[in-house]
Amino acid sequence: MSMQNRPMREITFGEAIREALAEELRRDPRVFIIGEDVAEAGTPFKVLSGLVQEFGPERIMDSPISEAAITGMGVGAAMTGMRPVVDIMFGDFVTLVMDQMVNQAAKMHYMSGGSWKVPMVLRTTMGATRRSAAQHSQSLHALLSHIPGLKVAIPSTPYDAKGLLKTAIRDENPVVFFEDKMMYRNKGLVPEGEYTIPFGVADVKRPGSDITIVATSSMVAVALGAADKLAEIGLSAEVIDPRTTLPLDKEALIQSAKKTSRAIVVDEGYEQYGVTAEIASVIADGAFYYLDAPVKRMGAMNVPIPFSPVLEDLTVPTEQAVFDMAKTLCGRV
Amino acid sequence: MTDAMDKRAAGNPPAPGMDVELYLGMYEQMAKIRAFENKVNELYTSAKMPGLSHLYIGEEAVAVGVCSALTREDYITSTHRGHGHCLAKGAQVDRMFAELLGKKAGYCAGKGGSMHIADPQSGNLGANAIVGGSAAIATGAALAAKKLGNGRVVVCFFGEGALGQGLLYEAMNMAQLWKLPILYVCENNQYNEYTHFRETAAGELADRPKAFGIHTETVDGQDVRLVYETAQRLVERARRGEGPAFLLCETYRYHGHHVGDIDRSYYRSKEEERYWQEQRDPLKTLADWLSGAFQVHRSAFEQIENSVRAEVEAGAEFAIQAPFPDLSEVTEHVYAESPDA
Ligand SMILES: Cc1ncc(C[n+]2csc(CCOP(=O)(O)OP(=O)(O)O)c2C)c(N)n1
Repeated sequence: MSMQNRPMREITFGEAIREALAEELRRDPRVFIIGEDVAEAGTPFKVLSGLVQEFGPERIMDSPISEAAITGMGVGAAMTGMRPVVDIMFGDFVTLVMDQMVNQAAKMHYMSGGSWKVPMVLRTTMGATRRSAAQHSQSLHALLSHIPGLKVAIPSTPYDAKGLLKTAIRDENPVVFFEDKMMYRNKGLVPEGEYTIPFGVADVKRPGSDITIVATSSMVAVALGAADKLAEIGLSAEVIDPRTTLPLDKEALIQSAKKTSRAIVVDEGYEQYGVTAEIASVIADGAFYYLDAPVKRMGAMNVPIPFSPVLEDLTVPTEQAVFDMAKTLCGRV
Repeated sequence: MTDAMDKRAAGNPPAPGMDVELYLGMYEQMAKIRAFENKVNELYTSAKMPGLSHLYIGEEAVAVGVCSALTREDYITSTHRGHGHCLAKGAQVDRMFAELLGKKAGYCAGKGGSMHIADPQSGNLGANAIVGGSAAIATGAALAAKKLGNGRVVVCFFGEGALGQGLLYEAMNMAQLWKLPILYVCENNQYNEYTHFRETAAGELADRPKAFGIHTETVDGQDVRLVYETAQRLVERARRGEGPAFLLCETYRYHGHHVGDIDRSYYRSKEEERYWQEQRDPLKTLADWLSGAFQVHRSAFEQIENSVRAEVEAGAEFAIQAPFPDLSEVTEHVYAESPDA
């Protein structure tokens, strides 16, 4: 049945995640979830509420506060016949699991000459403006996107979140899945029933002809807001979401930039050495002869995320800032 | 009254004048922390405070008992549930509130917030929002104290949840190998977030430091006198160069894991909460003892409570009126000033 003909429902981003997990838990007895307060509490974000009631504590496992060990155990369990989904509450804590992900999970298949596989998913969060200060607000997906052997998904809508998470669980490789914690309550249309979304396929969230805005996760809504404002002054912006940073759908990004001749890349990770840098260079390289302006990058300000709301709000790209940048690139003053 | 209290009240009455003052001081500090946290709760629930807060109410005797055994120059590291530690180590109420509201006058100029209060003046190396995140930092400060020979002692506060973190064991191992002047204070408030510690910790908690040969004691963390006397012994021991110690305090948080954790029935019972609040309250326990042993009148406690409440109200008002940081400050303090190369 094609997607268009399916009955659609409005559900939240968090519900989409939960549905994907529940469907995969039902479909494959090897899938299990391990993390801190994932069972009765359903995580502090309540995203997993109800799963322990259906699948029991053997498959929805509350762990001690031991991020490195549960991740490493995920690696070992994945190698030996299970499909672990490791829950790391705040994306900031991926620093605690870096050896297990970077030196172990990511390299296992290659180092073993293709003999071992690590089909695991590490779900975690990202996103600022929750007033949670420097150790609970970062978007660290670029750190993981740096590592050959990992895959990194960074969905922006409930629809994408569900389809990508199901793909992640079925993938034969370690996948890191970043969910913006500020989007859990955002609603979107999701079809009834089964579907998956392939990795490495960008999605045009709004077609346009004057400028390309490449945006990820929370920044897609920001880009769409900016596109609305740009339309009011007669500029047509195309918003395109790569959906996975690794693999990256370079071709789609390049094609969009070739079509519009201008590009901005917006992402909530730190701007320096960030996802925006990689994508901007892909576009600059691939669309060089078609570009009428330098490719611009907008990321989180290069500072630890401050607590004070007045300061924190300055650190994240805003609709207005993206609008201003786009206007300038299009030669409007 | 517990057995221990009976014994002390009857058998071992300390030199009256001095101890009354000492313990009335501790009562005041505990009352101040409680008043502070109640105000935090009020500010939060009336949407005057951004972010979230982990209240220390119920655990006051641990911070006060331990910090009363320290000098201002000694160091502490604190946790996400850190307001009590910071106040007990000498932070001022007004600047604490200012930080919690993200104001310029706060201890971290508004940049840290509730989970990151730090204050060199009172020896506070900082509260940490990473569970167990300060285990090695505290141990490193103890290493420095030993290298510098300055006689300082470090207290590393953490919840029992931090026993899940490998870093703590790596650090404790070195502290014992090198006889570092550090006291690991584990506040077992029975829960890591929403999970009872028995579901996350195998074996006995106190056996873990003992495996490294670290001197370990367990106390009723609701009895500030016991906490204080034990901490004092362990701190002086460390100061003499006899090495680290581990103090396990049995305690309880009265409120939720954080201010928004209202419906707690799925992980703990109302009866349990009532038991700790009614039978094991640290303020009530100390007040009862002071009244019994020294005939301190109820009005003395009321006076203390009124005065700390006034201080807290004034501090909160100061913070509410205080200005936010200038927007230009967002890029300040990323790096410390260094001399030209
Ligand atoms: C490394 C890390 N993992 C998870 C968390 C999320 N978290 C914050 S507090 C907490 C529970 C901590 O329990 P405990 O150490 O016993 O302290 P308590 O909150 O009971 O005072 C958790 C899991 C965190 N802040 N840091």
